[in-house]
Amino acid sequence: MDVTTLAVTAKKGSSDHKAKATNRERALFYALLLPAFLLVTMFIIYPVVNTVFYSFYDWNGFGPLKNFVGLKNLRTLLRDPLFWNALRNNGIVIGFSIFVQLPIAFLLAILVSKSSSRPTIFFRTVFFLPYILSEIITGVIWRFIYHPQFGLLQQVFAKLAPDYSYTGFLADPKTVFIAILFVVFWKYFGFHMILYVAGLQGIPPEYYEAALIDGANPVQAFVYVTLPFMKNAIQMSLFFCIIGSLQVFDIIWSMGQGGPVHAAETAVVYLYKFGIKSSKMGFGSMVAIVIFVICLAFNVLYQRVINKEER
Amino acid sequence: MNMRKGIVGIVAILMVASLTVACSGKTKADNGKVTINFWHLDSNDLHYPEWEKIAAKFMEAHPNVDIKITVLENEAYKSKLATVMQSGNPPDIFRSWGGGVMNSYAESGLLKDITNEYKNKWDSKIGEGAVGVYSYKGKIYGLPYTMGGVGIWYNKDLLAKVGYTNPPETWKDFLDCVKKLKAAGITPIALGEGDKWPGHFWWVYLAVRLGGKEAFNKATIGNGSFNDETFVKAGELLQELIALKPFQEGFLAATYGGDQAALMGNGKAAMELMGQWAPAVEIGSSEDKKGLGDKLGFMSFPAVEGGKGKLTDLMGGGDGLVIGKNAPKEAVEFLKYITSVENEKFLTTGPLGIVPTAIGAETALTDPNLVAINKAVSAAAYFQLYYDQYLPPATGEVVKDATQGLFAGTMGPKEVAAAVDASYQAEKK
Repeated sequence: MDVTTLAVTAKKGSSDHKAKATNRERALFYALLLPAFLLVTMFIIYPVVNTVFYSFYDWNGFGPLKNFVGLKNLRTLLRDPLFWNALRNNGIVIGFSIFVQLPIAFLLAILVSKSSSRPTIFFRTVFFLPYILSEIITGVIWRFIYHPQFGLLQQVFAKLAPDYSYTGFLADPKTVFIAILFVVFWKYFGFHMILYVAGLQGIPPEYYEAALIDGANPVQAFVYVTLPFMKNAIQMSLFFCIIGSLQVFDIIWSMGQGGPVHAAETAVVYLYKFGIKSSKMGFGSMVAIVIFVICLAFNVLYQRVINKEER
Repeated sequence: MNMRKGIVGIVAILMVASLTVACSGKTKADNGKVTINFWHLDSNDLHYPEWEKIAAKFMEAHPNVDIKITVLENEAYKSKLATVMQSGNPPDIFRSWGGGVMNSYAESGLLKDITNEYKNKWDSKIGEGAVGVYSYKGKIYGLPYTMGGVGIWYNKDLLAKVGYTNPPETWKDFLDCVKKLKAAGITPIALGEGDKWPGHFWWVYLAVRLGGKEAFNKATIGNGSFNDETFVKAGELLQELIALKPFQEGFLAATYGGDQAALMGNGKAAMELMGQWAPAVEIGSSEDKKGLGDKLGFMSFPAVEGGKGKLTDLMGGGDGLVIGKNAPKEAVEFLKYITSVENEKFLTTGPLGIVPTAIGAETALTDPNLVAINKAVSAAAYFQLYYDQYLPPATGEVVKDATQGLFAGTMGPKEVAAAVDASYQAEKK
């Protein structure tokens, strides 16, 4: 990846210099590094270390830490079916995003990337708009749309299918998660679409001309020209998609706090409910650590796969 | 790069705590004025100006004081308060229901002991039971300005339509009434079960009627448990009601203020189980901002056949204000001001419509329903604070989650009782 290659060149450059580096230069080097180092330590490393520390305690968040419980929080967590339910829901978000959201975003990107006529730009903007809304506002808007008594959907059903009694998709444990997945899709497909549009527009037209001259049909042109060029964009969108799916919280919380009866709880919702709302900061910290480890594992795996392919 | 984002995302929630410390600022303002941070949750358009008025009057009398009011909606309030408490920097004076949640704050030294001030310097007197809810281990940390009970609020017109001039007094009769309302095409009960606490009232009240004080004490401090028959039976009786499908469509995702109170206030549902604030919230949530007026009736929760609890046993609680540990003495002064007879009368007659606690302020009550609640509070031999406030916070959450499972049909009475008990056994100190 770009970042890694950059880092490698930087390393090389500095080692060439090393012999000649004066003390002053070295002091400058550390002085320039210091602000970033302090910020990272204060806002990332320190909280993470602290969280690890808290996770070994039974602690309600106030007062001194005195009740060391070792790995009890972890055992409780791993035995809690609700946590596995939450992880399963995260898995569903990931699966849904990869197999439904991204392909649709890709198709739309192809449709709106070809020209820069007014209608194309119009649709590009419209598709991207939901992404600009904040998660909470999105949640509140869709709560209204789904509302069983005065929601937009209720009005639509009343007009189109008067026999169907709409009882609110968010109120039924069987439908609530699907209803939320739809909102997740609605909010984020535009972001992935824009990534793809940028990728598609970066493909030099000569390659398509060459393919055409060689007698490639549109499907072949897509498979042998478009897809290889889009690899980076797809990798990036996959990464955002999976990390985003693991962390999804605001939309779900604002559309019903993960309920009814845990049907829409994801890992971070679980963390918030059973850690912070229940005043169990020690346990909550352990949940955070487990989510962190999952994200880390995914990231390591991802880097491995990407690096292997690049070699 | 990306990993960093990942970490930030996860720890952000934990960090909110420390950020709030930085933002909440502390007492002395630049102009030499003493700042009091006052948090409450009467966010309704009709209600929050009441507190602004009282604060303005207080600041007029005390020109050196600047009261900063933060208003949050109920659920948001509970969340944000939990976060600032964990940061160790409570507001100076803030809304509390007393009980187990307040006790956990007091236990950690986050609240100011005002026993001395209350006993020696207070202008008004408040009933002992009511003060007790805001005391922990003999020390007083705050005071209620309203104290009342939960009961069934009903629309007199809608009940009359199905032949009830007097509300049903037994559970069996109550279920009959629900069936008749349903047959007449009226939504019998409004419920905002998305918020969960309105539903837990039903389960708790059935337990109170079935087992009385004895059953609860046995489960909490005695040798019994929440697996006892009383609590299982409460779930079974509640299931009978749920099986009749008495609630509005989509009640599992509905909220209290936006749905339950609005349905009642607009005359679209016949009954709700709610506390003394119900009429005020109904008015605020109704379309015409008038509510039901004198068409609204109040009755105590129906008696259950064979139950050990008395009809005078009351589940409820108060709304009060407690003082944060770093509060300036002016905050205590402000609490004294709020709980004065004069100001409680002001709150009683205004849109908040409280059931006052200061002895002597109850003469301002004119609404017969609130007069009835006021009498019920003083007549109650057993006063049970809401479970979600009385029990440890984590168990309170489990009670609400489990009863929601009962309402959704995903949990049975035994599972509810077992879930509550498991949490209580793990949390009790």
